[in-house]
Amino acid sequence: MAVTISIPTVLRTQTDGQANVEVDGATVGAVFDEVISRFPGLKANLVGDDGGLHKFVNVFVDDEDIRYLDGLDTKLDDGASIAILPAVAGGA
Amino acid sequence: MTRYDSVLDLIGNTPLVGIHALSPNPDVKIWAKLEGQNPGGSAKDRIAKTMVDLAEGDGVLTRGSGQIILEPSSGNTGIGLALVAKLRGYRLRVVLPENVSIERRQLLEIFGAEVVLSPGEEGSNGAIRRAEQLAAEDEELVMLFQYGNPANPLAHYLGTGPEILRDCPEIDVFCAGLGTSGTLMGVGRYLKEHKPEAKILAVEPPVGELVQGLRNLDDGFVPPIFDAAMLDRKTIVRPRESIEWTRRLLSECGVFAGISSGAAVAGAVKYAQRVDAANIVVLLPDGGWKYLSSGAWTDDIDVVEERATRINYW
Ligand SMILES: Cc1ncc(COP(=O)(O)O)c(C=O)c1O
Repeated sequence: MAVTISIPTVLRTQTDGQANVEVDGATVGAVFDEVISRFPGLKANLVGDDGGLHKFVNVFVDDEDIRYLDGLDTKLDDGASIAILPAVAGGA
Repeated sequence: MTRYDSVLDLIGNTPLVGIHALSPNPDVKIWAKLEGQNPGGSAKDRIAKTMVDLAEGDGVLTRGSGQIILEPSSGNTGIGLALVAKLRGYRLRVVLPENVSIERRQLLEIFGAEVVLSPGEEGSNGAIRRAEQLAAEDEELVMLFQYGNPANPLAHYLGTGPEILRDCPEIDVFCAGLGTSGTLMGVGRYLKEHKPEAKILAVEPPVGELVQGLRNLDDGFVPPIFDAAMLDRKTIVRPRESIEWTRRLLSECGVFAGISSGAAVAGAVKYAQRVDAANIVVLLPDGGWKYLSSGAWTDDIDVVEERATRINYW
């Protein structure tokens, strides 16, 4: 399953400046393992102390937040796009 | 009886109107709740009144005292608070990201609020940080802090939620935009208690992409009132799609609403495509008036899209 991960500006120092990374994997968790093995600096930013998602990160698969799908077990279709976004305050 | 003693009595009881023309399936009905009908022009009038009422009840605010209320807001909460403050004898200082539409700033000013600008590229995080600094420097300031104040979801739990279930008892899905999360937390909790099978959908713009200048993830923010367990789904809707649905609301349904309303409708329609039959209620936070200067209905869509990545329209 080839998917594209978009890396937010704040994390690009960990990916040699790359904004998009192509990775293979059947679930979000598998894709994260792969991208972390390539860019180990990402680990502390993606994964929290409890092994789950970092609390200030939101991950979207084709624009759907994975916290409301199956989390890191969310399955990926070929060509899916994964967006990693920092959690920031919304307007109000 | 449509006669009232005070403009504050006009807050709430907003109408639901069918926007079924936008549904991809005749068995999926979509009902829009028009929060632009509130006297200050947005859903935020509800929380402004409830936050002030509860602060008065706690003795934090005293009517007619001229106390200064301080609030970080991208516009609507500030406008609602300015209205309540004017009628209750308070002053208001709003920390406003500088990249909001000119109309929001104009409205704050004519309602009598003092505006302190925060850097646009820092988004609402920057406005919150600046307001916290100002509050720390002057203990006379009363910060109601919509992102952390239980009176915010409470206004929707006591008002918006019951109105929706009263007017649409057959509701299957509630869809709204997420800012402080007050709307979704309050309506969500009310529906989970009274109509547990209803699904709660959140829509948000890709704010994390637009905010610049985060040093690291620890600059992140999750509103203290937010509880992920209240939502069943959360979807990103991007500026272009938001503008397209804002236009279709007007051209196909005659509903003149703001750009975050277009985003909420986009989320509702996306859900409608996945089900056979449903009644979806979507909340439209404000009318289109404050977005005329964005060219949302008039200018080339590529130009408006580019503007919307720089302007804070939520
Ligand atoms: C235009 C607009 N859309 C959406 C929202 C989000 O609402 P909430 O803060 O209840 O999540 C707001 C909040 O002011 C708003 O002004």
